[in-house]
Amino acid sequence: MTTVDKCPVAFPLRQPGQSFPPPQYLQFREQQGLVSTTLPSGEHVWLVTRHEDVREVLTDPRISSNPSHPGFPRAAKTGGVPSQDEVPGWFVALDPPEHGRFRKTLIPEFTVRKVREMRPAIQQIVDERIDAMLAAGNTADLIADFALSVPSLVISTLLGVPHADRDFFETRTRVLVTLTSTDEQRQAASKALLRYLNRLIVIKQKRPGDDLISRLLADGTLGKQELSGVSMLLLIAGHETTANNIGLGVVTLLSHPQWIGDERAVEELLRYYSVADLVAFRVAVEDVEIGGQLIRAGEGIIPLVAAANHDGTVFERPDEFDPGRSARSHVAFGYGVHQCLGQNLVRVEMDIAYRTLFERIPTLELAVPVTDLPIKYDGVLYGLHSLPVRW
Amino acid sequence: MRISVDTDRCVGAGQCVLSAPDVFDQDDLGIVMVLAEPADEPAREAARQAGVICPSQAITVGES
Ligand code: HEM
Ligand code: SF4
Repeated sequence: MTTVDKCPVAFPLRQPGQSFPPPQYLQFREQQGLVSTTLPSGEHVWLVTRHEDVREVLTDPRISSNPSHPGFPRAAKTGGVPSQDEVPGWFVALDPPEHGRFRKTLIPEFTVRKVREMRPAIQQIVDERIDAMLAAGNTADLIADFALSVPSLVISTLLGVPHADRDFFETRTRVLVTLTSTDEQRQAASKALLRYLNRLIVIKQKRPGDDLISRLLADGTLGKQELSGVSMLLLIAGHETTANNIGLGVVTLLSHPQWIGDERAVEELLRYYSVADLVAFRVAVEDVEIGGQLIRAGEGIIPLVAAANHDGTVFERPDEFDPGRSARSHVAFGYGVHQCLGQNLVRVEMDIAYRTLFERIPTLELAVPVTDLPIKYDGVLYGLHSLPVRW
Repeated sequence: MRISVDTDRCVGAGQCVLSAPDVFDQDDLGIVMVLAEPADEPAREAARQAGVICPSQAITVGES
């Protein structure tokens, strides 16, 4: 067994100048699989690195997603973003069976077919962002001007946010994902968004439209408070995650242009970057053995999906970007009952974003050397702070 | 090959539909349904893969 004393790894492991995933992941995976470490908060947690073990953690009923259990890891600086303690409907933090009521109500909105029907609307959003970039000159920050806007506009369309309110919606959501925002700014923005969503729900009750909120109101399973919490969760869960993937994907496709327009590139990018490496936190509520290691009730667990997605026993030459491989068994969206609800929407957003960008701006190139791109070592999600491009 | 699905377990992620679109679909509620038994070896392989990647282990693929 590996103890904290023998292996005092700092967390998070991402360090400036380091490759991703961090080289220690390989070492842990090949040596002991599970590693005990200490969070900045002083808590002990288990890091889980093998693909098989990560899938086990994410499906074992003795392991909980609920942060109100003692020992739940508190590594992530939530920075004013609400959690389930404050917002009813934050179902990513609920366990079965309570979780199922929310999940079952929402999945009809995110089926493969439903998301395909959204393609024209997503295409229009992407085209409008590119129109705006082209009109503004021949340089852009692809994160601020494109990658962050697209997912927020897609969610606001899905929820039924009127066109006139989109700017309000976007500027508030932008505050939440900007690292330099203070906690006060974040809190104010998230309160303003919740207030806005509450009001939107009242409006949709009077005048239903063809949108998610109107449909869920008609369905009646979720209360109004829960519905605004769910809307907020959709917004936050689907914003920076998608934006970071779009940004990193553009950089990768610029050096692998043969894969532009191939849907397999999307799946491989999801695996390769695993931006939500530090997202699926858990706690054991009973003693449980994972990968030969006893985890005691009350101990926190962090399944590192980037480590699992670079597990050489599942993916050959895991550190190579190779869309030709079968990447589908990756756990970039998690695994088990909480596996990302928005995954099919992401796939379509990424596919349309890359296709359209490279088609409409064939001379697109980086405006700085690739080694100078500012990587988010300090965020919960892996990604780029900015992506200067020119054409 | 015998394919059975547990609709109570299904969490509607749609991975099976992406992997084996000729074999699986989602109903109006987003829950898995079997469209048809796989007709050839590529479809059988796709169905096996769906069984492996389904996040809620809702798909059982029997080889007989
Ligand atoms: C590339 C983009 C994305 C990545 C990498 C990602 C990743 C993840 C991961 C790892 C989880 C599991 C969390 C856990 O088990 O604790 C998750 C859950 C979730 N995601 Fe995503 N996500 C992305 C985009 C989206 C989008 C666009 C939406 C919404 C439209 C969304 C909505 C959700 C929701 C609602 C959950 C909770 C599901 C549940 O608890 O049943 N995500 N996501
Ligand atoms: S992959 Fe599994 S959980 Fe997802 S729709 Fe198919 S059966 Fe349901």
